[in-house]
Amino acid sequence: MQPEQQGIEVAVLVSVGRHPITGRARRADQDARGLELALGLERQLPGSRVSLLHAGPRGEESESALRGYLGMGLERLTLLEQAEGSDAIPALAEHLAAAAPQLVITGARAERGEGSGLLPYALAERLGWPLVNGLAAVESIENGVATLLQALPRGQRRRLKVRLPAIVSVDGATPVARQSAFGPARRAELVATSAPAEADRELAEWQLAPARKRPKRLKIIKAASARDRFKAAAAKAEGGGGQVLKGVSAEQGAEAILKLLNEEGVLR
Amino acid sequence: MSEIRRRDPRREWIARNRLHPEHASVLAEQGGSAASEWLGPNGVIRKNPRAIGFIGPNGIKRIDRSGAQQGGQVAGGARQGAQDSRRRVEIPEPAFLVAVVPELAGGRLSGHDKDLLGLARRLADADSERPGAVLAVVFGEHKEEGFGEAGIDRLLHLADDTYAGFAPEARLAALAAVERELAPRHWLLPDSPLGGADLGRRLALRLGERPATGVWQIEADGAAPLGWRCTARGAAESLDIQRPLPRLALALAECAEPVDETRHAAAPLSLAETIPSAFSRIEDLGQVAVDPAGVALAEAEFILSGGNGVKDWEGFHHAAKVLGATEGASRVAVDDGFMARDRQVGATGTWVTARVYLAVGISGAIQHLQGIQSCDKVVAINLDPGCDMIKRADLAVIGDSAAILAALVARVEQQRGGQRDAA
Repeated sequence: MQPEQQGIEVAVLVSVGRHPITGRARRADQDARGLELALGLERQLPGSRVSLLHAGPRGEESESALRGYLGMGLERLTLLEQAEGSDAIPALAEHLAAAAPQLVITGARAERGEGSGLLPYALAERLGWPLVNGLAAVESIENGVATLLQALPRGQRRRLKVRLPAIVSVDGATPVARQSAFGPARRAELVATSAPAEADRELAEWQLAPARKRPKRLKIIKAASARDRFKAAAAKAEGGGGQVLKGVSAEQGAEAILKLLNEEGVLR
Repeated sequence: MSEIRRRDPRREWIARNRLHPEHASVLAEQGGSAASEWLGPNGVIRKNPRAIGFIGPNGIKRIDRSGAQQGGQVAGGARQGAQDSRRRVEIPEPAFLVAVVPELAGGRLSGHDKDLLGLARRLADADSERPGAVLAVVFGEHKEEGFGEAGIDRLLHLADDTYAGFAPEARLAALAAVERELAPRHWLLPDSPLGGADLGRRLALRLGERPATGVWQIEADGAAPLGWRCTARGAAESLDIQRPLPRLALALAECAEPVDETRHAAAPLSLAETIPSAFSRIEDLGQVAVDPAGVALAEAEFILSGGNGVKDWEGFHHAAKVLGATEGASRVAVDDGFMARDRQVGATGTWVTARVYLAVGISGAIQHLQGIQSCDKVVAINLDPGCDMIKRADLAVIGDSAAILAALVARVEQQRGGQRDAA
């Protein structure tokens, strides 16, 4: 029984985040949640090893942001050093293929740059590993098969079985990351290795600008006559048209409500 | 029958003479529109202004110039006319294809899907000489009937069981087969957490394209390879990226206006080649029952909300448990201490997005109605038939809330029991 319980190798891919208001570098929210999940996994499966991986340039700002992850209780972070504006995917894929972790956890999308959320998919395609998005929790890992809970919209969950090695991406459904402790973050080690860098030429050609507010969609009324247009403009948003059951017994009322609930399919 | 229209001058005279004792009966014979307007002997349209209108409920003559009141048949004809005013568009020989993969959340085209189809129509109809066709690839069972009205020319429906649930690998194999056989010029998918964002990114990597994600605007640009530029959101919604439109784009909601002036064929299509069955390393074990009390109120699907009219709070909590609904409350119920503050629905509480909102004993203050603006179906149980919540509700039951809830709980338990016996 116990041999299955031995731990697994987990690699967490982390990025430099961006504070939504001040714009300063910080640990990215989704990546920190992913690391929190990995640390929870370490407690769940004793003997698991969590490694941190980041590809990008080394600077003062990014280093302080990366140390935010180390302050959550890790001793070292592997930094694949690349020039600014280069493509992280080949370097990460090469490193992961060599290190061969059983589970790779990433955030769903970056807070800087293009932020397209393509990185986990590109890695999965390159490495040929299965990918699960929107992870909520890891239930168990046995015999190289992980049972995961995937978060769906409206708070629903779906249970999946995935053969390891696999890549999972994390968005807002996992528990919030713990605080980062300053002292351990200072003492921990950043192991930098230089990685082959290939400039992202396409990204350099695009025009980037601070996001402007999207125009609000107007309510367009297409009516033949002026009277219809006026009626539509003057109408309250919540018009009538509902069915009103008056003077019915409680049973009849309940029957009507139950019919509607069944039609909408909200009763499980 | 003779084509010659026979005139009866005497009856016409009676119809014009509103003091004639037979005036009303002659008018009734001639029908509504003939009474107020007719072709005169010299070929001139004559109107009788006194025959227009109807006597209102208070005995006052009212004139409705919308044309809706002139008898039931005429109104029906007008409505039909309005439907038929949508131009029918057939594209027998499309110059190219624009493939769209709508999500069909709940089996119907969502607002996001319709916006996306509007965007696809913009791409397809840019050149009126050589129009393209919009191809929709639909997975699984659906309840949608208005595919043509949404702007779809060709419909590829893959209703196999292998595509149900979370089956990205099977769906990807099907889309790759579509790519091989039909080679659409554009691929459009919704960038939404319901599944479009995931499938679109997988497809992009499979096709070897670098997709545009979070697209919210496109404009024509002759210099771009496909003739379009797009504006996309990047870096956690803080950047606008302007770039040439790639072959595959993931678009946000409200990226274009939905189609509403034309009606398309939605002709069914099938693939010639059989889709290779994909070996799946991901097994879907189905949805998990979640504790409805733990679901955040803002994203709950089904909310049972109580207000001042609820007297039996024990019964209310029991009903929420049996129905599997998330509990909400109006401000009064929270202020009186029956519910926690984080359960308050409305302007000062949570703005909810439930599909079904069951309001028990809530009269519907404007702040509360604001909070439930985006709910699809509202059911109200209330004692007061004149309150605002009844006007908003799709189904309202006037009566004692405790008795109705108890009856509802009994019926739901009976239904579940029956299902269990059957199974």
